[in-house]
Amino acid sequence: MKTEKLKYERPAIRKMNTGLMNKFGTRTEYAPFTHIDGVSVKELINKYGSPCFVISERTIRKTYQNAVRAFKTRYPKVQFAWSYKTNYIDAVCNVFHQEGSWAEVVSIFEYTKAIENGVPGNKIIFNGPEKTKADLQIALENNSYIHVDHFDELYDLIELTQELKKTAKVAIRVNMDTGVYPMWDRFGFNYESGQAWNAINKIMASEYLEMVGLHCHIGTFMLDTNAYAIAAAKLSDLAVNIKYVFNKTIQYLDLGGGFPSANTLRGAYLPGPDMIPSIDEFAEVITNTILNYGYKKEDLPLLILETGRAMIDDAGYLLGSVIANKRLSDGRRATIMDFGVNILFTAFWYEHKITPAQEFSSHTEDMVIYGPLCMNIDVVRSSVTLPALNRGDHVVVHKVGAYNMTQWMQFIAMRPKVTLIDTNGESHVIRENETVKTITEPERMPEHLKTFNL
Amino acid sequence: MKIHSNLAVSDSGFIFNPSNGDSFSTNVVGADIIRLLKLGKSLTDIKKDISVKYDVEPTVFEKDYEDFISQLQDHFLVNND
Repeated sequence: MKTEKLKYERPAIRKMNTGLMNKFGTRTEYAPFTHIDGVSVKELINKYGSPCFVISERTIRKTYQNAVRAFKTRYPKVQFAWSYKTNYIDAVCNVFHQEGSWAEVVSIFEYTKAIENGVPGNKIIFNGPEKTKADLQIALENNSYIHVDHFDELYDLIELTQELKKTAKVAIRVNMDTGVYPMWDRFGFNYESGQAWNAINKIMASEYLEMVGLHCHIGTFMLDTNAYAIAAAKLSDLAVNIKYVFNKTIQYLDLGGGFPSANTLRGAYLPGPDMIPSIDEFAEVITNTILNYGYKKEDLPLLILETGRAMIDDAGYLLGSVIANKRLSDGRRATIMDFGVNILFTAFWYEHKITPAQEFSSHTEDMVIYGPLCMNIDVVRSSVTLPALNRGDHVVVHKVGAYNMTQWMQFIAMRPKVTLIDTNGESHVIRENETVKTITEPERMPEHLKTFNL
Repeated sequence: MKIHSNLAVSDSGFIFNPSNGDSFSTNVVGADIIRLLKLGKSLTDIKKDISVKYDVEPTVFEKDYEDFISQLQDHFLVNND
């Protein structure tokens, strides 16, 4: 009778130390993460290769609907605008657009993507410090909301609207002290110095500019809800003053984004889920501030939110495999994965949760997780406790939906496929992997360099 | 290379070194190797025993074995004589 062999796990040993426990204890109860929305990780890797990104459409929709609920149950007029820079893969954008999100873009590249996705021009918010006159003209003709970042842009816009005799719908981006330091003051006009009010005066005096909104984006991965209360109050102060001085009602306040995801920041004492305020806590302070500010009922502005990271991070997974195991000179275990910081840019900011995708024993080891790049900086986790991983074993990196698929680099290796699991559990490729041709096609070879003899 | 004969190894992979009081935990494959080393088995025998019991390529095991032995050396659990 043939007996089935036992599953092999690389032999490992760990010295047991007493007196070194932290108050949270050590974590040894990792469970394998074998399925995403009911689809087997192994099957996904067999079908799409390793590494590959997987996005859960179900999680995006659930997260978005929860955020909308948090705000709409507290405030009568709410609009979300999908922050393209967070993840501008068209299929991802369209999930948000299907849910009712407008588009928030920060370059003509992103603007064009939104238009090509079918977003009506008057539902695109154009932010960002770089808008050429040609870009502004496109936004103007499409009746988009133009969020002016600096005076040079404002003068360009005044000139352009006068030339075309067409009215632009504008808002100014306002930077301010919200008690969070370092203060984000490089974008927009400063509130405390009176710069924002100067910009408002110029807009109100311009024949073809209609001041429709006020915008701010006070920071990123914000852990303090009170900063949003201060921001909402300062924008409201400007809105109320505009009404008083110019008898002009501001249509919307755009509080930008910056809500955190449940990732753990590098060097943070507590894990992400224990540190971050919930979306309801942010909604509570923002809506309370606006509702209590003293607007007349008919002047209550539309509240726009450009939340990116908190909407998409949880929905993204990176699947990968172990290339090799080795031991460093100081005795530490090192595991080399087939994904590195070139495609997991957020490894610079977060201590990403990494889970094996197959069964393992309860024995764990402290290890460094490296990527495949021949670069010293390619460290995915500088210290993590994981089970003994064998060569070829699969792992799942969690909460990678934000910024990785936009800030990734084609460097040394090529970028992998991005897939999406729909709400019925079907998987789809939404971005093909790069090939050598993808990289070399835009290159041009001068005639004299076409041949050589070695 | 010889493993200390007085090491206590439990079924669950708990190892106690009575000569200095150090204790260790190892996984099941590690515990099997230590037990086989205590029986004085050679690498060839250990490789054979492990490949009968576990689903592993001999070359993969040999590489992991070398690494495991270096860990035992780091923890002063083997003699290099």
